[in-house]
Parts: sequence; structure tokens; C-alpha cells
Amino acid sequence: MSNVVIRTREFSSFYGRIEALRKINLEIYEHEIFGIIGPAGSGKSTFLRSLNRLNDLVPGWTMSGLLEVEGKDIYRPGSSIAELRRRLGMVFATPVALPRSVFENVAFGPRLAGVSNRSELSQLVEDSLKKTALWEEVKDRLHKSALKLSGGQQQRLCLARILALRPEFILLDEPTSGLDPISTMKIEETLRSLRSEYTIILVTNNTKQAARVADRTAFFLSGQLVEVDRTEKIFSAPADRRTNDYVSGRFG
Amino acid sequence: MQVHPRTEQKIAQLVLWLMTSITVLILLFIVFFVLRNGLPAITIRFLTENPVEMGKAGGIFSPIVGTIALTCLAILIAAPFGIGTAIYLTEYTRENWVTRVIRFGSECLAGIPSIIFGLFGFILFVTKLGFGWSLLSGSLTLAFMILPTIIRTSEEAIKAVPYAYREVSFSLGGTRWQTVTRVVLPSALPGIGTGIILSIGRSIGETAAVIFTAGSALRLPTSLFSSTRTMSVHFYILAREGISKTNAYGTAAILMISILAINLLTYAMMNRFIKKYS
Repeated sequence: MSNVVIRTREFSSFYGRIEALRKINLEIYEHEIFGIIGPAGSGKSTFLRSLNRLNDLVPGWTMSGLLEVEGKDIYRPGSSIAELRRRLGMVFATPVALPRSVFENVAFGPRLAGVSNRSELSQLVEDSLKKTALWEEVKDRLHKSALKLSGGQQQRLCLARILALRPEFILLDEPTSGLDPISTMKIEETLRSLRSEYTIILVTNNTKQAARVADRTAFFLSGQLVEVDRTEKIFSAPADRRTNDYVSGRFG
Repeated sequence: MQVHPRTEQKIAQLVLWLMTSITVLILLFIVFFVLRNGLPAITIRFLTENPVEMGKAGGIFSPIVGTIALTCLAILIAAPFGIGTAIYLTEYTRENWVTRVIRFGSECLAGIPSIIFGLFGFILFVTKLGFGWSLLSGSLTLAFMILPTIIRTSEEAIKAVPYAYREVSFSLGGTRWQTVTRVVLPSALPGIGTGIILSIGRSIGETAAVIFTAGSALRLPTSLFSSTRTMSVHFYILAREGISKTNAYGTAAILMISILAINLLTYAMMNRFIKKYS
């Protein structure tokens, strides 16, 4: 495996006095699909939202320890949160298309960053939609409301929306939890095709999904990292009994 | 005495039906009464000529202009303050004692009788600040009066915008201000517009606060410092001084038709809002 691009050292986080993550030590490599599994409340989403500092919006959230992206502590004073969030694009559990056109949804991020050149935006929108295999489906209704798209299409639109910012990382928070099997399959195919260009971190409550797409998988339980290893290893011969219990469906 | 549930249900239904019918009938009666007495007075000349002989003859052109000018000014003053306050309360602070005091204050403001606003406006704007009876004094007073409505409706409209939209904007690197202007306000705009239209209706119908602050001049207003007369004040004076019953009803009819039109507009906007976001 290649370079380490995300590294955490003793990373803990709290909602008020409740500890959501305890001393996570983790390394994520460039251009891998990194799966995170665990039952509800295990801290996997909190971890993901710590990576692009989205937890900063939660009143009473605090952290300790170190979280480095490409060698830089992202919580150091004076680092740009907006720039960080552009580099680490996030897709949420429910597809959130903004109430505007398909085109404007994809162009939304670049516009926030100050891109206003029409042809540059058109090119970005087209490229992003092609990467998520949505272009053929929506090219005739780019200027129609994005809310008219199906759930699966909306989720791929959300993916295209972050690609338009040319991020280095794609963070996905249970991206297919509300989708049907066909739409889920399409998202998973898209993720595999994106792996060569991006580092992908996929939080999922569907262990089979991690088994299907992740190169390596981490198992979180009660705010702690129980185990992290190659996905085949996690699913065939995990080192920790709790991992085995979880992936074999004994709880969770 | 035991009443059978089915009988009870029948009686309840009848009573509720009666209450509704009486309400609707009273409303229709008022509308019918004003229109029947007022419509005969309404001609093109009535709408385009200034009042003559204190309003005994001539039309109501200057009160119409006065009403529009006063209302527009009041909205222009109150809307930025109201929407700004609503944005501050919902997006820039967390719920704490300061926001509660602001909200409580603005709700109290909403409950104050309009004549008190008139008195306040008279003391502050007309005499203390020396604006005299003028468009400026009147519109400032009206602005104070409608501010709570605008704050309240804007706040509700802003709160109704899904949190997920904000999260998307933040996660794409948007600042708070970008999020407010590009995501929150566009989605909240129909709701905010509804509040503003309601406020327009309230300003048009207001008499007590206006007569104390804008005066009752019959000339066309020429500057911010001209005294002017609104339609409701005109109606009040015509009816109270017994100047002209016909013209009073004519004014009332125009007043009612415009408020009705504004309510219909509100209703249409609400419908579009609901259709667009469901």
C-alpha cells in the first residue's frame, strides 16, 4: 500500500460530557476504499464528521488528540475549514438535493468557491455527472428541478456535487441506507470506478456492503476502534471475537 | 341523564355547523353591506380625482396615493430590520436568554394596541424629532407596528428550511453568510413574502396610529415631510364628521377590495409554496 493520507493519534471526541470516540489510532492510505462498520452509536459517523470538521457545528462538541490530513493537523488554529471541507467532500445518508436545478446543484460548490465562468461551470458539471454515471440520465433535464430525480439519482447527484469541487477524499455516511438494491449497486459501481482518483471512506451499517467494496475495513464499537484490517481478513478471520460476532450477525 | 353517543355526535355536529354558518354569514353580510353602499360611489373619477370640500365631493385619489406611499415606506423600513432580526435569531445565535428576551419583547410589541403606537409615534417622531405630521413619522410608526409580524413569520419560514440544506452548504465549504443567502433565504422567501403581505394588509387598514402621526392633509404628498391622509383615515373622518356617507362607503369598499385582493395573493403564494416544497 502507498502513502498514509489520514492519520489519527489518540483521537477522542465528546458531545458535552459524553464520550463519542475514545483514543482512535488509525491510518488511511491514498486511493483506497476504507470501510467503517459498527452498530448504531458506535461512533463511526462521529469519526467521519470529524474528518471534515462538520462536528464543529454541533453545540458542545469537543475533541482531543491529533487528526492529520496529509501530514497537517486539521484542528490547528487558523486552518481553513472551508478549504478542508472542499478537499473532503461528504455524502449524507439521505440524499439531499437542494431545491434548484440539476445543473445548479452540481455547480453549487464551485459557485461558493467563487467560480462564476459559465463555460468552466458547464464543463465541471458535465465531468462530474459523467463520473457518477448520471450524465446520460439527466443531460436532457439539466435545468429541471433536481427534486424530480429518483432517490438513487439524487444520491449520485450528491456525489457529483462534491466531485465538482475536485476533492481528494470522498466521505460517505451510510450513503445507500435509504436506497433500493439496484440504486445501491449503481452507487457501489460508481465508488469502485472512482477509487483510482480519490481516497474513499465509507461508513456503512450494511456489513455486506463493506465486504463488497472496501479494501480495508475498520470495526467500531462503543466509540472504540476494535479492529482494522484487510476486508477479507475482517470477514473471514478477524482477530477480535467481537468483530467476528458482529460480522457474522450475532448482534448489531 | 344518559345521552346516547350517536345522539351526542349528531348534536355536536349540528352545533359546530351552526357556528360555522353564522361566522360565514356575518362575514358575507359585512362584505355585502359595504359593497352595496359603496359600489355606487365608485367611478373612474372617484378613483382619479382629489377630494373637494373636505371630501364631500371629488374622489379619493390623494388618499389612495397616501395609503400606497405610507404602506410602501413602512414595509421598506420594517422588512430589512425584521428579516435581519429573524436571521440573527435563527442562524447566528443559539437559543439563550438574550434570544428569549428579544422574542418576548417582539411578541409584547405585537399585542400593544395601535393607538399606543400612534401616541408613541406622535411624541417621538412628530414632536421630539420634529418630523411633524408627515409620511416619515407615519411610516416609521407603522414600521414599528408591523415589525413583530415580520420577525415572527420570517423566523418561522427560516426555521422551516430543512437543517440538511444548511449541512450540505457547510459541507461544500460554504460560510454561514453564503449558507444564509444561497440556501436558507431562497427556500424561506415565499414564507417571508407571506408575512410581508400580511403586514401590508395591516398597514393599509390601520387608522389610529396613522391619524396621530401622518395627519390628515388632503393634498397629494410631495415629500417625506408632507402630511398625508390614508384611505382608512379618510373613511373615518368622512363618517365621523358626517361629511359624505356615499363617499365614506365608496372609500370603505375600495379599502375592502384591496385588502381582499392582498389576502387572495397571500393565499395563492402559500399554495405555490406548499406545492413547491412537498
